[in-house]
Amino acid sequence: MPVKVSMTVNGKPVAAEVEERTLLVTFIREALRLTGTHVGCDTAQCGACTVHMNGNAVKACNILALQAEGANILTIEGVAATDGTLHPMQEAFREHHALQCGFCTPGMVLSAIDLVKRHPNPTEAVVRAELDGNFCRCTGYHNIVKAILAAAPKVAAMR
Amino acid sequence: MGSTNFIGASVKRKEDYRFLIGAGQYTDDVVPERTSYAVFVRSPHGHAKLRKVDTAKAAKAPGVIAVYTGDDIAKAGVNGLPCGWLITDVNGQPMKEPPYPVLAQGKVRYVGDRVAVVIAETYPQAKDAAELIEVDYEVLPAVTDAAAARNKGAPVIHDIAPDNTCYVWALGDKAKVDEAFKAAAHVTRLEFVNNRLIPNAIEPRAAVGAYSRGDESYTLHVTSQNPHVERLLMTAFVLGLPEHKVRVVAPDVGGGFGSKIYLYGEDVVVTWASRQVNRPVKWTAERMESFTSDAHGRDHVTTAELALDKNGKFLAMRVHTTANLGAYLSTFSSCIPTILYATLLAGQYATPQIYCEVTAVFTNTAPVDAYRGAGRPEAAYVVERLVETAARELKVDPAELRRRNFIRSFPYQTPVALLYDTGNFDATLDAALELGDVAGYAKRKAESAARGKLRGIGYSCYIEACGIAPSNIAGALGARAGLYEAGEVRVHPTGKVTVFTGSHSHGQGHETTFAQVVASRLGIAVEDVDIVHGDTSKIPFGMGTYGSRSLAVGGTAIVKALDKVVAKGKKIAAHLMEAAEADVEFTDGVFKVGGTDKQVPFAQVALTAYVPHNYPLDKLEPGLNENAFYDPTNFTFPAGAYVCEVEVDPDTGKTMIERFVAVDDFGKVINPMIVAGQVHGGLTQGIGQALLEGCRYDAETGQLVTGTMMDYCLPRAGDVPSYQLDTRETPCTHNPLGVKGCGEAGAIGAPPALMNAITDAIGVRDLPMPATAETVWRALAAKQAA
Repeated sequence: MPVKVSMTVNGKPVAAEVEERTLLVTFIREALRLTGTHVGCDTAQCGACTVHMNGNAVKACNILALQAEGANILTIEGVAATDGTLHPMQEAFREHHALQCGFCTPGMVLSAIDLVKRHPNPTEAVVRAELDGNFCRCTGYHNIVKAILAAAPKVAAMR
Repeated sequence: MGSTNFIGASVKRKEDYRFLIGAGQYTDDVVPERTSYAVFVRSPHGHAKLRKVDTAKAAKAPGVIAVYTGDDIAKAGVNGLPCGWLITDVNGQPMKEPPYPVLAQGKVRYVGDRVAVVIAETYPQAKDAAELIEVDYEVLPAVTDAAAARNKGAPVIHDIAPDNTCYVWALGDKAKVDEAFKAAAHVTRLEFVNNRLIPNAIEPRAAVGAYSRGDESYTLHVTSQNPHVERLLMTAFVLGLPEHKVRVVAPDVGGGFGSKIYLYGEDVVVTWASRQVNRPVKWTAERMESFTSDAHGRDHVTTAELALDKNGKFLAMRVHTTANLGAYLSTFSSCIPTILYATLLAGQYATPQIYCEVTAVFTNTAPVDAYRGAGRPEAAYVVERLVETAARELKVDPAELRRRNFIRSFPYQTPVALLYDTGNFDATLDAALELGDVAGYAKRKAESAARGKLRGIGYSCYIEACGIAPSNIAGALGARAGLYEAGEVRVHPTGKVTVFTGSHSHGQGHETTFAQVVASRLGIAVEDVDIVHGDTSKIPFGMGTYGSRSLAVGGTAIVKALDKVVAKGKKIAAHLMEAAEADVEFTDGVFKVGGTDKQVPFAQVALTAYVPHNYPLDKLEPGLNENAFYDPTNFTFPAGAYVCEVEVDPDTGKTMIERFVAVDDFGKVINPMIVAGQVHGGLTQGIGQALLEGCRYDAETGQLVTGTMMDYCLPRAGDVPSYQLDTRETPCTHNPLGVKGCGEAGAIGAPPALMNAITDAIGVRDLPMPATAETVWRALAAKQAA
């Protein structure tokens, strides 16, 4: 049975008819055609599908679109400024070569922003522990950790 | 012009912006109009006869467009998947090559083997319908362990190989090796397993096949490291399609590590089916499918011996390996435990005699093929575990034992076929010992001991062969393909440049590194160069990216094309400056006549080539567009020294990596930032192999026990340290860039360094990988009991 679901994605109200079983990530990728959110494992382990729901990082492959009814969703497409200027976390990833194939990157950036929100002044150990839910197979995490540590003061200062 | 030498500069990556804003275009992002969705039904059994595949219910399910089984594929004349490398066995016989059907025919041979495909309007409909396919399996005993597959009475997987043996292959002079062992003052012997790994690129495999009835052409978007090879194999061997009517696009690809080199059955099925249903057909693997059906890596069982004289000089090495090839021969499977393994057993040492015998067997497991390092990690593990163990037995400093045996004169012909062109193994080892503050190790060990912790240190001095490969040598060794690379340089009228390369970037940053090479050679800005890869409709040809070959082979092809551009540019400039061509020099983007003030910038020459009003049309074609193929004359030999320091908690067996130092010699480095990133990633996969990752099949049923990310332990950020890196440079002597390749080094050098460190810490001779906390704890308990 198709059902209507509506929410705000990257500041814009959106609505679509979907099957009840549609996952949030499927809704984002297929109904909205926002393909920056990736599916790496479909079982909530790799974190490639991480988005923000009402300000908190969630794995979009692990909740239904219906559960996001009325929610405020931020995907990677909404992280940079509207003129395309990178968010300080994105900029730090670029500066420190914290991405290679780019597939885990959107989820990694959204997790990292969430991490800094909860730990405005994190240590390396905190960053490594908090990245537990995001796999990267390319970078060995070395430069991701560096980027997050470098971006933290700038991101914390934004709020 | 400013400075236009970008060689050695950490230029920020051109590809990053699109990835950071979510604008990358991966295969799963491709949804052509009228796309239909494929779901594969896969064998839940390790080994079974297919009595019946009943598709009737599925065919009638909502949204279903078509259902195909192995019978349908066979009737349509679709061939099996070919193997790209013929190994000739010790008796001069060709390896056993059983059919590798794209959909199972009569039998399934591993959990995940493709049985049928459902194509429906939507993905959920296809998935629902796939549940309705009733397969009547007659379950057979399975065998998953390579050694067990050779036992009498083991289940026979392919009729043409009744002993499950694909080949027994050998390299080296056995008689001389045996003789050397007889004369040895000391022999070090180890038996170990090189654990099976599951690659787990974070982007799952995907394929979108689209047939165009109007012009009878196909377009396949696919997660591939080598789209031209994929097209060639698929058209010429499997589907019998005209090659020029098939376009294969490998767009942004989310990591490969080897697993996306191969032609897989899913790619063939979606391409073939798109014509049958006259719709685009799309398949994207779920992670469980990645675990069961991506080609796995490693899986060797090895006995290795090192013979030394009384001074610690290596006399000979003798290695027997049983390699698990899985259920079928994947594209390059046969050459990994042979050509890419035994040839590396000299390592960095002047061991005069080496003999290696490899028995390759079929089992009821996923096909095994190249995974980051591909044969070379297995070889480095053999050599570096043996050498470290020998040093301990002889009570010699392991660095000193290595130094006594280093090769110092180049070129050096090894007894296992390779000719090392250059290297400086003392330089990397000395640097690693210093960077790792090995001098301060004793103090740190005492501090650990004071806290009740066990500290250990381990070295590894690896070498690898990259830049694969001289086609004639590869051909003589059984390769069924050439291994050159192609590049095209298209200079536009405004002097901007688009470069087409047969290499493929799936994270390596070619769009930046290659642009640095081009910009430096042409004296233009990096921003003025775009690198295009991954599309057979745009690129002349390509053998793709694997074996750390892209810059050494693909980059050299581009350099050769650039040389042609500059040569033609000189002719044009000579005409414009009314000078003799021989007097024209090209530096920093300007054509000049030596000793005069005459000069023409590159952009003006480009414009003249396309607006040839004042132009030697009688002697020279207009335009500035050159291509080149480059076939290397030798492999390249990256090498390095790694030092790993660990601290083991004896109460839990948990290992913490306290320091990891990697000093590599990759020859000339174009972009140090990118090279460091490659090393970080390689080290982490190597640490994953040594500490965390291990594929497990149930020995009796063939069930994949480690089939999810919760069961198979990939390294997380908290499992690995920050690394200390440095490089030393001995330029490769036979390519113009002097480069060797850097993509796999970390995965090759890390496992032995880490296992040497852990065995040192807990004082045992050997430990199986992965050295999980349980494994280490049990080893400590056994030691205490003894």
